Amino acid sequence: MLLKKLNFYWRVKKLKPADIIHLAETELDAQRSYKYRINVCCSSGCIPFGALKVLKAFEDAVKEFGVQKECKVARTGCIGTCSVGPAVMVEPGDYLYQSVTPEKAREIVRDHVVLGLPVKDMLYGNKAYFEKQHRLVMKNAGKIDPYRIEDYIAAGGYSALVKCLLRMSPKEVIDEVWLSGLRGRGGAGFKTGQKWTFVARAHRSPKFIVANLDEGDPGVFANRTLAEADPHAIIEGMLIAAYATEANKGYIYIRAEYPLAVETLKRALDKARAMNLVGQNILETNFSFDIELRLGAGAFVAGEETAILASVEGNRANPRPRPPYPAASGLWKSPTLIDNVETLANVPQIISHGGLWFSKIGSPTCTGTKCFSLTGKVKNPGLIEVPMGITLREVIFDIGGGPPDNKKFKAVLVGGPSGGCLPDTMLDLPIDYESLTKAGAIMGSGGIVVIDEDSCMVDTAKFFIDFCVDESCGKCTPCRVGLHKIQETYARIMDGEGKPEDIDFLRSISGYIQDASLCGLGQTAPNPVLSTLRYFGKEYTEHILDKKCAAGKCSFKHKVKEDEF
Amino acid sequence: MLKEDNRKLMLEKAIKEHQYQTSALLEILHKAQELYGYLNREILSFVAASLKLPPSHVYGVAAFYNYFRLKQPGEHVVTTCMGTACYVKGAEEIISAVEKEFNVKRGDSTADGRLSIFTTRCIGACAMAPSIVIDDEVVGKATKEIVIKKIKLLLEGKKAETS
Repeated sequence: MLLKKLNFYWRVKKLKPADIIHLAETELDAQRSYKYRINVCCSSGCIPFGALKVLKAFEDAVKEFGVQKECKVARTGCIGTCSVGPAVMVEPGDYLYQSVTPEKAREIVRDHVVLGLPVKDMLYGNKAYFEKQHRLVMKNAGKIDPYRIEDYIAAGGYSALVKCLLRMSPKEVIDEVWLSGLRGRGGAGFKTGQKWTFVARAHRSPKFIVANLDEGDPGVFANRTLAEADPHAIIEGMLIAAYATEANKGYIYIRAEYPLAVETLKRALDKARAMNLVGQNILETNFSFDIELRLGAGAFVAGEETAILASVEGNRANPRPRPPYPAASGLWKSPTLIDNVETLANVPQIISHGGLWFSKIGSPTCTGTKCFSLTGKVKNPGLIEVPMGITLREVIFDIGGGPPDNKKFKAVLVGGPSGGCLPDTMLDLPIDYESLTKAGAIMGSGGIVVIDEDSCMVDTAKFFIDFCVDESCGKCTPCRVGLHKIQETYARIMDGEGKPEDIDFLRSISGYIQDASLCGLGQTAPNPVLSTLRYFGKEYTEHILDKKCAAGKCSFKHKVKEDEF
Repeated sequence: MLKEDNRKLMLEKAIKEHQYQTSALLEILHKAQELYGYLNREILSFVAASLKLPPSHVYGVAAFYNYFRLKQPGEHVVTTCMGTACYVKGAEEIISAVEKEFNVKRGDSTADGRLSIFTTRCIGACAMAPSIVIDDEVVGKATKEIVIKKIKLLLEGKKAETS
């Protein structure tokens, strides 16, 4: 009966605002009729560990024990504990099971669902992992089925859009975002309210919105996880942004290397379109906005705001000088708003709960939360979301559990290849845009990679320089030639032919590249060099003078490749 | 000239669906790579002609992005993730061992064209680093022994089921 009702809304009727609330109630009723809900994490992190087989095993077991009416098995997005996949959460009570296999799935259904006794020895025991987290953007992750729009609506989704359409003017929406203090989560930390105002003030049509999901930083998977777990939050955020800035068309620029996220977003868009939430006359109002997916093709520089525009237009992702800023002249020379998807996913909650509520989370200058992918040498790698202002120590040791095998912590790399390596003396640094920049790192798109005593810092810095040399688009000279000079110097140092003046050379050329490069890639590329020189200068002197590598990584036998240039 | 076959028909259909917009060039190249496995001169010229773009522009775009392959890959493809997390956890040692074992350089195929080895920037499976993609299967927390064993099984024609 309920299913029929849902199908009815879905196919026949063009939804109106009130129907969203009705639909949420219907779906909630349907969910309440189940005593248990088994959420199986089927994100890119858990699928290689066999999550799909586990999902099937749960479905079979529920049938086998005849508890279909009491127990719902749902395919969900990331629960957050990527290191112990496949992860399974049983509600109510949020029992989290780790490393579930198809055999164990049957056991969980038998003991937990049928007998009501949680299987204790399979529970995830690490409470500290979740204690310091604050799930805001990822609040639905691991709870809802990303393929079902009804799940999202039942969790309060699209109510913020309804609120905007019915009760708020575009200006009021922007004011609310201003008040919240939300800043761009893509790395630069520009005030979102200000950006929206610029675009809203440009009185030209058409206007575009580009949602940036080109997570090019190696070692970062926060945006992918968000798209896989809660695609509708991104879509709703975009719709609200479009309403506020009076934009006509949106593009989600996503990496082609994320097939599951692409598929999830595609399905979500199709459903939203079928339900009159995307397209012409949304919810039978005068507001129209269409969204298209655009696939990136593996270019790190395409995450830069002018390069992403070139790529959406179907060109090489070359950045261009600013001004004119995209807010004045972006896609096809029209005013364009570019926001990271995590920024956009924050918006529905700001509208629902108010900007004031949001501004109280996090630190006063940096409100809200930030998703980080915590990887490298830590006991509990995974996707975390923490309030701004939390210290690095809390993230690495309390949540991450510190380096495994009793190894000594050496450095933490914050902000991807253009971030910086910070030593243990900086562990009490609060995570916010200003503190990180002052320390020589950047927020970036949210990668924290922990490095232990086994890694050589000179080698690590060279790894990032190699990356940036590869990814430099070659348009401006400081980045194209300068980074190459740095790369050569590193090769020489690791070859055992380093000279004492190399250190000064690295420092000065890094400064030139930072000052003279056209876009963010060049401006931040020397960060790993400068931060390792600043905090781990001793290792450089050891390499150059003593021809010694404490971590034993550098063989001092490499040959400099002259022909590469 | 591109051979007249089903793949060409499907590519034409995809181009039509995008209404011959030049802004959909990346999408169309994605589709072409999905159909043919790589992008050669004929495919790129065909796309250029259909979209009325200079072939140099299409080649420029295809060559710019790492995701597009301009050389025909081998029968089996092994892709090593060289993202930061995988690098820190020893991806370099694995790929060096594979290179040595099968006598092939990264970015290239073996002489008999049966195995290609590529590196990629980040596949996003960082929590299980180091990750290696063997054909379509992602191998997490990989070691060089496991990877070499799997590749050997694959080359012998058996499906690699061990994990």
